[in-house]
Amino acid sequence: MKKNIIYLAIGIFFGIVMYKSEAASWFRIYEMFNFQSVHMYGVIGTALLTGILVVQYIKRKRLKDINGKEIKIADKEKSIARYLIGGILFGLGWALAGACPGPMFVLAGAGYFPILIVILGAVLGTWFYGLLKDRLPH
Amino acid sequence: MEWILDPWPWYVSGPLIALTMFILLYVGKNFGMSSNLRTLCTICGADKTCDFFCFDWKAQRWNLLVMAGAIIGGFIAANYLSADQVPDLNPHTVSQLQSLGFESAGKSYVPTELFGSEAFSDPATIGLLLAGGLLVGFGARYAGGCTSGHAISGLSNLQLPSLIATIGFFTGGLIMVHLIFPLIF
Repeated sequence: MKKNIIYLAIGIFFGIVMYKSEAASWFRIYEMFNFQSVHMYGVIGTALLTGILVVQYIKRKRLKDINGKEIKIADKEKSIARYLIGGILFGLGWALAGACPGPMFVLAGAGYFPILIVILGAVLGTWFYGLLKDRLPH
Repeated sequence: MEWILDPWPWYVSGPLIALTMFILLYVGKNFGMSSNLRTLCTICGADKTCDFFCFDWKAQRWNLLVMAGAIIGGFIAANYLSADQVPDLNPHTVSQLQSLGFESAGKSYVPTELFGSEAFSDPATIGLLLAGGLLVGFGARYAGGCTSGHAISGLSNLQLPSLIATIGFFTGGLIMVHLIFPLIF
């Protein structure tokens, strides 16, 4: 029960950050892909810089999580095709809908209800991937 | 406390996104939002259609709670932590968008042309939003992650696959905005 509240609280924090940072704004995504502002590059860049420094520190010091287990981020499988093709398809949708899988839920909460159509599409897209998975190059 | 109501600058927001990832790592979980889409499929019965959705979705309940939190967070941010927040876009972006027919550029948080309630009665808009969602969902699972799993989490762990995926995300975005937008807007 207590853990559930922690997960919910993490989500609330994340949702607030996504909205206030404007990473959930279709306009900011469009502006980013036109290279007309440093804003989104700054958001992603500083997230990444902080992320790299702390993750490398965690790995070097072999830090443990709340359960006493060593913190590990699983290595991704080696491949080029799936990451490149999947990535390009994702990018096409990201720019069109102006939202990735986190912000689409943030926008639903913010009251932009047509985003529910995007969420429906994303769930269907995930399902189609599952159906076609074995026929796609990975 | 005025600053909370203002848009948050990138140099504050970026590290706070990383902080979200660290808290998740500290409680023994990984940062990845698109996994929830797969869980939603399974809950809706997709496990009866193919093996990809046959997994114990209850083990992913924590992530659904993060997702539910994100919805609540969006509600709180929009209603209680903002004084009608409008992104301060580059004036060139605004005029470019207005020439594409986005009159709401520079006046609202997201384009009312796509996300206003009129969207539900316009088949073309419904089609665009659905197509956008389909690509995001299909692409995220094909690439094994989205912006949170690859561009933030994976790259922080210096994973080459995540770099390839992130290059893909940007390639796709550039193709959409520069080659496909002129055809559809």
